[in-house]
Amino acid sequence: MVSLAEDVAIVAFSQTPSHAQFNDSEPAMIMPCVNSVIEQVGMDRHDIDFTIAGSCDYLSGMPFAFVMNIDAVGAWPPVYESHVEMDGAWALFEGFVRLQSGDIDTVLVSGSGKCSPGSYREGFSLQTDPYVHAPIGLDPRTQAGFQAQALIAAGKATERDFAEVVARSHASAKNNPYAQLSGDLSVDELLAEPYLQQPLRRLDCPPTSDGAAAMVIARADKARELCDNPVWIRGIDHRIESHHPTLRDLTDSPSVRTAAERVGLHDGPVDIAELTVTYSPEEIILRDALGLNGDTAVNPSGGPLTGSPFMAVGLTRVIELARAIANGDGGRGVAHASSGPALQQNLLCILEGDS
Amino acid sequence: MAPRPCAVLGIGQTKYKRRRDDVTLDGLVREAVLRALEDAGATFDDIDAIVIGKAPDALEGVMMPLLSLCDALGAIGKPIHRVHTAGSVGASTSISAVNLVESGMYDTVLTVAYEKQSEGNATWALSGGKSGGQGAGGTFAPWIRNYIARSKAPEHIGWMVAVKDRLNALKNEYAHLHLPDISIEKVRESPMLWDPLHFLESCPSSDGAAAMVLGNDDIAKKSGRPPAWVISHAKRTEFGQFPGRDTVRPQAGVECSEALYRKVGITNPREQIDCAELYVPFSWYEPMWLEGHSIAEEGEGWKMTDAGDTELGGSFPVNMSGGVLSSNPIGASGMIRCLEAANQVRGTAGEYQVPGAKISIGHAYGGAAQYYAMWMVSSELNPVF
Repeated sequence: MVSLAEDVAIVAFSQTPSHAQFNDSEPAMIMPCVNSVIEQVGMDRHDIDFTIAGSCDYLSGMPFAFVMNIDAVGAWPPVYESHVEMDGAWALFEGFVRLQSGDIDTVLVSGSGKCSPGSYREGFSLQTDPYVHAPIGLDPRTQAGFQAQALIAAGKATERDFAEVVARSHASAKNNPYAQLSGDLSVDELLAEPYLQQPLRRLDCPPTSDGAAAMVIARADKARELCDNPVWIRGIDHRIESHHPTLRDLTDSPSVRTAAERVGLHDGPVDIAELTVTYSPEEIILRDALGLNGDTAVNPSGGPLTGSPFMAVGLTRVIELARAIANGDGGRGVAHASSGPALQQNLLCILEGDS
Repeated sequence: MAPRPCAVLGIGQTKYKRRRDDVTLDGLVREAVLRALEDAGATFDDIDAIVIGKAPDALEGVMMPLLSLCDALGAIGKPIHRVHTAGSVGASTSISAVNLVESGMYDTVLTVAYEKQSEGNATWALSGGKSGGQGAGGTFAPWIRNYIARSKAPEHIGWMVAVKDRLNALKNEYAHLHLPDISIEKVRESPMLWDPLHFLESCPSSDGAAAMVLGNDDIAKKSGRPPAWVISHAKRTEFGQFPGRDTVRPQAGVECSEALYRKVGITNPREQIDCAELYVPFSWYEPMWLEGHSIAEEGEGWKMTDAGDTELGGSFPVNMSGGVLSSNPIGASGMIRCLEAANQVRGTAGEYQVPGAKISIGHAYGGAAQYYAMWMVSSELNPVF
C-alpha cells in the first residue's frame, strides 16, 4: 500500500440525474452540480485553490468542446485549472495527487458527458487502435461481447448470471432518484429477450445517457472546517492493460488486482462496492478480481446499467459511495471507474467514513 | 508536507517534420520515449507512472489515444492518464507529471506529448471542427494588430522574430524547418496569410513527439545525470470571450507568470532568468509574451526584439531551439518548450546552449489565448535570487 503525505476528504458532492437526453448544453448540465458543491462548502468560488475536469471532445462531437465547459466552473478572474480527456474519476485522481503536495487545500473536481447527440457505439469505435481495430469497427460493445463469450467458454459464468446482475441492478435503482432505468425484472423474462450482441441482450448493455457530477475535496484541516461529515479518500490508484484483446485474459482483470493491492482494499472491511459495470458480465470479472464476498453490497445505486453518462459515470460511482457512507449505510467501501474497451483501464478509490 | 523536489533527468525528441510516414503513432511516441529513457539512464522498469498529453483527439481521429498507445509506452500494469488543455497541453502535461513526483506517490514518472498533424486536418480541428474556419492565425491576427496599435511597434519586429527563430533552428537537429537562406526580405515578401502575419511568420504543421523522465531528489542523486530542477510551475485559465477582456495581455497570462515568479522569490524576471522558451506560433507573440509575462514593461517588449536582446548571445535569449515557429507538433509544442528550457540549465543544449544558463522558463498557451502553463527550471535545487 502506498503511504500518503496528506489526508484528503470529500467535503461536497453533486450529480445530475442520468438523463436519456439532456436538451441543453454540456455547461448547462455541469453548472448546477458546481453551484451545489460550492454552496455546500460555503466558500466563494474563487477561494477554491485548484479545479480539474474530465470530459471527452468526441462525445460532444467537437474539438475543444471542453473549453466551453469552463463556463460552468467559472474562470473569471482567472483560475488555476486543468482538464483530463478522461472520466471525471481521473480528474479526481489528479486532484487528489495535487493535494498531496501539501501547498494547497481545496480542489473542485467535475466530470461530464453527453452521449445522446451521437452514436456512442460509432464514436467509441475510434477508441481502438486506428490502423488495425478501428477500420473493422471493433467497437466497445463488440469487445464486451467477446468478453462475455470468453467468460462462458471458460465456465466462469452463464447468461443467467448476466441476467441476475441486470435484475439486481434495476431493482436496486428503484431507490436511486438519479437512475435512468429501474424496476422489477424477472431473470427468465430477461433471458427470453433477443440478443443484441450475442451473448449480450439489450439490458446487459448500458442505456444512452447524459449527465454530470462534481465534488470538492480538501486536505484534512480544511475538510474539518468545511464539512461536519467528511468522507475520507484512503487510497486511489489506476492501472491499464494491453490494448490488444488477444494479449489479455478477458475473463480476469489483473489491472484491478494490482490497483486493489496498491490501495489496500482488504486492509479493512469492504461494506459497499460501486463498480463501473458498463456491461453486465463485467460485474462477475470485477467481483472476482476485487476478491469480494457476500459481505459487500455491490452497486446499491443500480450502477451504470441503470444510467451511464460516460465521463461522469466513474466519478458518479465515487459520489454514490460517498453518499452511502455519509448516510451511514456502510463504513468503508470501494468505488471503481473504467476506461477503454473490455475493462482495459481501471481505477479504484477507497472511501471511509469519519468515525 | 512540502512538495517533494522534482528534476528532469532525461529528455527525448523525435525529428520534427511535415510527414512522419515512416512510423505509426505508436512508433512516433516510442521513438521519443526510448530517447528520454536512454538519456536518463533508465528503462521502462524504472517508471512508476506515465502522463500523456496532446491537442484534440480529432487531429488524428483517435479517441482517448492513451488506450491504444499504452503498449508502445510501456504502460501496461501502470497508471497512465491523459491531459488536454488545448495548445498549452504540452506544458500542462509536463506540470501534471511534476505533480505526481511532488506528491511523493511516484518516484519516477515518464511524460510524453505528441501530434501527427499529417494524419488529420489541423486547421479544420483548430476551427472547432468547422469547415472554412479561420484557423489559429485568424483568431490571433486581430489581437496582434491591436498590440501593434497599442505599442507603436514598427512592422519589421515580426519579420525579425521569424528570421531569428529560423536561424536558431539551424543549430537544432530536431527542428522541422531548416531554412538557411531565411532573411527579412524573404519573410516580408512571403504571402500574407492573416494581416499582418506573412506565411514565414507562421508556424509549420509538424509530426513529432517529445518525452521526459522526471524523478525525485533520491532518483536524481542516483541517476548521475545532470538534473534540471523544476523549482516552480503555474497554470491559469480564463474565459475566451467576454466584454472588456484584454486579448493582447490576457490577465490569466499575467497572473500565471506572477505565480511562477512569486513562488521562488523572483522580483526581476528580466535579470534573474537567463533565457526562455516561449510559445510563439506567430512571430508577434514574442514581444507580446515578453510583456504578457512581465519580462518587459508594457509597450517595451518589441524593443528587446529590435535591440537583439532575444537572440542567442543577447541579454535575454528567447527560443534558442528555434521555437514553435520552426517545429509545431501542436500537442507536443508546449512540452518541447519545457524540455528545451531544461536542456539549457542541464547544459545539454549543444550548439544553441546559452553559456552558463542556470535559470530558464518553459511556457505554453492555448485556446483563445486563455490557457497558460509555465514552469521554471534551475541547475540548482535551491537557487537564491
